[in-house]
Amino acid sequence: MIRFIINRLLQGLLVLFALYTITFFLAKAMPGEPFTTEKNISEEAKAYQRALYGLDKSMLEQYVRYPINIITEGSFAVSTSKGRPVRDIIAQSFPNSLILGLSALGIAICIGVPLGVISAMRKNSWVDWGSMSIAMIGICVPAFTVGPLLQIYIAAHLPGLKVAGWGSPIDIILPALTLGLTTAAYLARLTRGGMLEILSQDFIRTARAKGVPSNELITRHALRGGLLPAIAFIGPSFAALISGSFIVETIFQVPGMGQHFVNAVIARDEFLLLGVALFFGFLIVMMNLAADILTGVLDPRVRLESNQK
Amino acid sequence: MTNQITDTEAGTSLWKDAWLRMRKNKIALASIMVFTVTCFFCFVIAWFCKDPNQVNLVNKFSGPGSEHWIGTDALGRDLFSRILYGGQVSILVGLIATAVSVTIGIIYGALAGFFGGKVDAIMMRIVDTLFSIPFLMIVIVLQAVLSEWSRETSAWIVTNLNWDKGFTDRITNVLPLFFALGLLGWLTLARIVRAQVLSLKEREFVEAATSLGLSKLTVLFRHIIPNTLGPTVVYATLTVPGFIMYEATLSYLGLGVESPNSSWGILIKEGANYLETNPQLLIFPGIIFSITLFALNFLGDGLRDALDVRASKD
Repeated sequence: MIRFIINRLLQGLLVLFALYTITFFLAKAMPGEPFTTEKNISEEAKAYQRALYGLDKSMLEQYVRYPINIITEGSFAVSTSKGRPVRDIIAQSFPNSLILGLSALGIAICIGVPLGVISAMRKNSWVDWGSMSIAMIGICVPAFTVGPLLQIYIAAHLPGLKVAGWGSPIDIILPALTLGLTTAAYLARLTRGGMLEILSQDFIRTARAKGVPSNELITRHALRGGLLPAIAFIGPSFAALISGSFIVETIFQVPGMGQHFVNAVIARDEFLLLGVALFFGFLIVMMNLAADILTGVLDPRVRLESNQK
Repeated sequence: MTNQITDTEAGTSLWKDAWLRMRKNKIALASIMVFTVTCFFCFVIAWFCKDPNQVNLVNKFSGPGSEHWIGTDALGRDLFSRILYGGQVSILVGLIATAVSVTIGIIYGALAGFFGGKVDAIMMRIVDTLFSIPFLMIVIVLQAVLSEWSRETSAWIVTNLNWDKGFTDRITNVLPLFFALGLLGWLTLARIVRAQVLSLKEREFVEAATSLGLSKLTVLFRHIIPNTLGPTVVYATLTVPGFIMYEATLSYLGLGVESPNSSWGILIKEGANYLETNPQLLIFPGIIFSITLFALNFLGDGLRDALDVRASKD
């Protein structure tokens, strides 16, 4: 197991390095200048600023220097558009994204998994058909339609809920709901598929033949295997919930990390771009690893495979 | 000679079988209908509609009526034709980006599976690595890079080839989207095709083709790849709505399609601004968008059920 984890961590480093390389060169290929403002800045001032941020060095030197600075000084450079260290910007906005992502994931699991289990238990009934249609709606209606609709028809009419903003804990509800619905829909479909596959297997038939009651059959025997596809999906999707919340953050004006990434692209702020991208990449690597470990714990077949290797 | 043999066996071909199964699936058939009708409206009826960019500030926010069937937007533009023209871009992005990604995915996966060994290991390790990279982020940055190139190309074409500026801008504005999505969306397909090729290349018909003296590449492209098309078609069908959604997301963030082009994502974004006073501006594009995605997803599911021989045994 430890060997497996070390192996995966090394692979994760490779992923981060590839992500860094791709983002770095794409950022360099992006058109435009980082220090463009409405005021006319003289060429000398621009050159001075470039030197200050180390952008006057050769491409190769910049490419090598950035990761070295991260490792030796823990410094993610300074954002050219905000004039603040990228590390501070991330440290300030990440908690918001994390809270939003966690709540969304919680909502998604609470809605998606039961929906999928119930559908699988009553396969081809109207319950199954209905909940799978709801799940499909969750996949097909985009967050930027759901969000505004919730704002106008829910937030504006319920006391306590704000249309947009981020301050009191109650403000989390609507953005988290908007963000979580799509994931809930995917989870429902995956859970249904996983449960159906398990329920058709011999050991379930044996258990049923031995007279295990239906509820116990589900909770004790089927859930463990049936949830595997959903768990494999939760890892990456959690990272996606945190990183993919650009839209929801824009709609509900949440001061999270997603907006910084979009703004960085628009402002040609390569250090902020690299910092946020690497941070998200790191999250995804860790979440995938966590999902793999959890799968190994739950599924003896996977455990066996990794031991044999 | 070979033709005759395949002709007599055509009765049991995968596609015919699949079509027979598909015909029983009412939801899938309805989905085909819905998508065909949507395409017909967007690509044929649209030419007979009003100019989607005709601004008429006197007549803004007009409700549904005989002049403008479902009303006008904040600039007095006809919403109906804007939805149809926006649909052109959205659907084309979905289809062409899928075509790009499918082409890359098939070739990449087939080569990895066919050559096997070290080549396969290295190629698949690259795919594994790319898989962990946040997709939407790279699409956003790549889109920014490609847009600038396409703007330069557009300017070059207008000055040097004397093309119509409006037309050139419309084309070059959507090209980056096709490629930004297509160049990054092929990973899953490469894995699927590779797995197929790995098992197919051990089969007798491949041995037969090789022993007839066909070259390796001919065997791969003429005999192995056509046999991987089943899963490919299923996956590609499910990719289209995904790409349409990505396009809308990018456009919503202001990083995708730009005026004079419009897309469903842009219409929804514009509509969201006036939701309180004129909800139809969000609701109509939102409904069309969702219905199209609905149809494509159900079609993909139906195709999977129809083509998945394993599932059909139950």
